[in-house]
Amino acid sequence: MSAAEIFQHARDAISIGAMAVGLVFVIAGAIGVMRLPDFYTRMHAAGVTDTLGAELIIVGLIAQAGDWQTAVKLALVGLLLFLTSPTATHAIANAAHRAGQKPDLSHFKPKHPADAGSSEGQK
Amino acid sequence: MFYGISLTAILVALWLTLSGPFTLSGDYPIVMGLGVISIVATVALTYRMRIVDRETVPVGPALALFTYWGWLGGEIVKANLAVLRLVMKPEIEVEPRLVRVPADQRSGLGLCVFANSITLTPGTVTVDVEDDGFLVHALDNSFTDPAGFAEMGARSDIASDGKKASPTGRGDS
Repeated sequence: MSAAEIFQHARDAISIGAMAVGLVFVIAGAIGVMRLPDFYTRMHAAGVTDTLGAELIIVGLIAQAGDWQTAVKLALVGLLLFLTSPTATHAIANAAHRAGQKPDLSHFKPKHPADAGSSEGQK
Repeated sequence: MFYGISLTAILVALWLTLSGPFTLSGDYPIVMGLGVISIVATVALTYRMRIVDRETVPVGPALALFTYWGWLGGEIVKANLAVLRLVMKPEIEVEPRLVRVPADQRSGLGLCVFANSITLTPGTVTVDVEDDGFLVHALDNSFTDPAGFAEMGARSDIASDGKKASPTGRGDS
């Protein structure tokens, strides 16, 4: 087996491994969105899909890219996901918070100055 | 001026990467002319909007930011595995909490990096930004370790504004 073939097989192995693990995280995120109890906790499960799931799939695609331009373009997609997905998550969370959506806090009353004056409890 | 030149260099590199012809034969003079026009227009517009500064063109802390992203990547992997374990349990046993995280970054860029890092780590989401900290929703008790937040905050501060010069040397915050 020549060096080029070994390199090709290593690339395939990295690509398949990264995408398989990424898929596990994407599926786990989807299951979490179904199973978790309320809006805020479901958002955390969606974060799993956003970060490791998407990035691992992009890593797998980069390993399959033929030329450097495609690889750099995929890396840029990954970078943009890295920068924009927390912004979007924060926008959703902040909108829910401002609209008065109360998080389902099981055992814990938040010690928060803004909540100290109001007598309305959680849940 | 430094930021203007850096912005132009970054845009040229980006354009060459995305649609780059590396020859001048055939139709490529037209394509390259369009590229030059679009880059010049972009730089002119950003100058006209007066937003060319170290926040929009973060070339100074670029290396520090990349180092920080490497560390953050490790944290993200750990948090992902923790969330995966919680979600895949036969019984959902989570204790969601709202906690306040103090933020004493020196600049708006540092605050933004810190808040986005918290949100990017699964299990914690920045819900609201207050005067001297963030309101953070955490999926479980195990995600609300104050020492972990403090380390992330210190690292994001160093990554965006360099090492602290003196204990009292705090600029705008």
